[in-house]
Amino acid sequence: MTPDPAERRVVVTGPPHRARRAPGPSRPRTEIDEQTTLGHTYVRSLMRSQLRAALGVFAVLVLLVGPLPLVFAAAPDARRLRWAVLGFCLYAPLVLLARWYVRRAERNERDFVRLVEDR
Amino acid sequence: MNSGYAVPAVVLVVVATVLVGAFGLRVSRTTSDFYVASRTVGPRLNAAAISGEYLSAASFLGIAGLVLVQGPDMLWYPVGYTAGYLVLLLFVAAPLRRSGAYTLPDFAEARLASPAVRRLAGAFVVGVGWLYLLPQLQGAGLTLTVLTGAPGTLGAVVVAVVVVATVAAGGMRSITFVQAFQYWLKLTALLVPALFLVLAWQGDGAPRHAFEEPPAFREQRTVRFDGTLDLRLVGPLTVTVHGRVDGRTLDGGRARLPAGVHRVESGTRLTFGPGARVPESVHGPDAGTLATVREERPLYATYGLILATFLGTMGLPHVVVRYYTSPHGVAARRTTVAVLGLVGAFYLLPPVYGALGRLYTPELALTSDADAAVLLLPDRMIGGVGGDLLGALVAGGAFAAFLSTASGLTMAVAGVLTQDVLPARGVRHFRLGALLAMAVPLAACAVVGGLPVADAVGLAFAVSASSFCPLLVLGIWWRRLTPPGAAAGMLVGGGSALLAVAATMAGYPGTGPLHTLLAWPAPWSVPLGFVTMVLVSLATPGRTPARTAAVLARFHLPEQLRAEVKG
Repeated sequence: MTPDPAERRVVVTGPPHRARRAPGPSRPRTEIDEQTTLGHTYVRSLMRSQLRAALGVFAVLVLLVGPLPLVFAAAPDARRLRWAVLGFCLYAPLVLLARWYVRRAERNERDFVRLVEDR
Repeated sequence: MNSGYAVPAVVLVVVATVLVGAFGLRVSRTTSDFYVASRTVGPRLNAAAISGEYLSAASFLGIAGLVLVQGPDMLWYPVGYTAGYLVLLLFVAAPLRRSGAYTLPDFAEARLASPAVRRLAGAFVVGVGWLYLLPQLQGAGLTLTVLTGAPGTLGAVVVAVVVVATVAAGGMRSITFVQAFQYWLKLTALLVPALFLVLAWQGDGAPRHAFEEPPAFREQRTVRFDGTLDLRLVGPLTVTVHGRVDGRTLDGGRARLPAGVHRVESGTRLTFGPGARVPESVHGPDAGTLATVREERPLYATYGLILATFLGTMGLPHVVVRYYTSPHGVAARRTTVAVLGLVGAFYLLPPVYGALGRLYTPELALTSDADAAVLLLPDRMIGGVGGDLLGALVAGGAFAAFLSTASGLTMAVAGVLTQDVLPARGVRHFRLGALLAMAVPLAACAVVGGLPVADAVGLAFAVSASSFCPLLVLGIWWRRLTPPGAAAGMLVGGGSALLAVAATMAGYPGTGPLHTLLAWPAPWSVPLGFVTMVLVSLATPGRTPARTAAVLARFHLPEQLRAEVKG
């Protein structure tokens, strides 16, 4: 894996990004790019909506799983219930929760992109 | 067990791993290829690779072994291992990918712009990685011992050599192929024998008392005790004794043991009749301190396990590295959903082995080999050539488990050692790092022993949950995190968990509340880590990194906007 002495470092250039940007200082996207206070407010709003989505799903997870040890402790004779719930029944809800979250998170991002691209 | 088929199966897995690795080597050309597969791994391949890497000896052998010994409560382990990915998805997956961090130290530096925090995170990566590697090597040793009677360290050495060779030769790209291949290998190796075992169980009249407590012997069974241990009998029991029980020497005589605790000395053989209840081992070599705590305070232990596994997954060094190979944040999220599906599907199988183990190999609960239940069941239940072939398949899968997890961890630990410890960077030093990453746990493997593999892995999760979980969650979602806060939180939370784990592994004697807290540190060490990180950050408001806003924007903005931010 030693570098071939014949290899040279090549600088690859592309079209300058800034040239593509539409003019107009008040557009949200420019605000974000230039790190203004307004731009930070936009990012904060995205973070808040994403955090809300994450915490919502997390709360469902906690409510789903959190009481289970207490339930099992309260009913020590329900051994088959333990086998069934812990062994086989929890995985499908976990996957469903994950899919639900991904849908929400991607929707948040799409909404945000629409907002800042001003479409 | 007949090793005539098992040894070739293990050799086949090892050779296949090396070959698939070599195939990757031909693709792996540049340094970027070498480390992170040039970030072009699609969600499906990456999800199989993450799952393949994640399903370790603890999943393949350990869960069934623990379920056999301690019953269905141990199924919290696989639930936690899976749910950990959901928590990772919710709080970490996409921002972590967008952070551009390759390792946890990279993340710490990108977020906090502090070389000191970076070094501290690196130290914890190495610590967690070594903690996690140790049970993989021990599992390999156990497997080879069960299969061939070879000394316990041989399997560990085999895995260590193959892993260092693959990692040093091919790097990440080849590892991605190897890992994806090994997920499917592991699933097959557990699924196919499970189908036959369930059929055999059906043919046996589908006995259901596996679900009851405690397990009982179905047929006459002789158990040899390689270490002295105490057995607790719920009721009187008649056994045939060869050796010393309760200080009396018997040679083939029948003894009627009353209810209570009896000491069986090393080298003794006990023959149990059919229908006899399996006694509990009180201080067995494998029962260890975690099991004692579980008996004393089952609720605390369960919640400790849940916290450690749910929150610890995100901080496992070999898991984080995989996220960098996703092309973007959206792919990182979708990859995680696929991982949840793959890992969840796999975890439907260990409970089957655990339940069948309680029926057909209950004597394993008395010896230190409970982790071998998965390996022994095909021979015990089916027997003949079919049993041998299925046993060989399981053995091959077990080796795939050791190899894949160990190579992922070695990769991560070696990455940290190369970048932050060894003087110069580059591929050659990476190879040296790989060697170092494996040498320490291999040496420790010869010294430390005893914990069941799933429990030992659980301890690594506890340390990860107390150090990296606060760092990642607060780093991604909280603007006011400062370098001193992050360092203090990792040191106090992760450090105390690490000390507790070290005390537990060293066999810190005694019982009581303090012992309970040390054996299951997560319920106090995780909040401690979070609170310390928040309080110290609030106390040092002047130290907030100047570029925090820009860094957080990069973590959270969708990629189509981000290209312009950088420009």
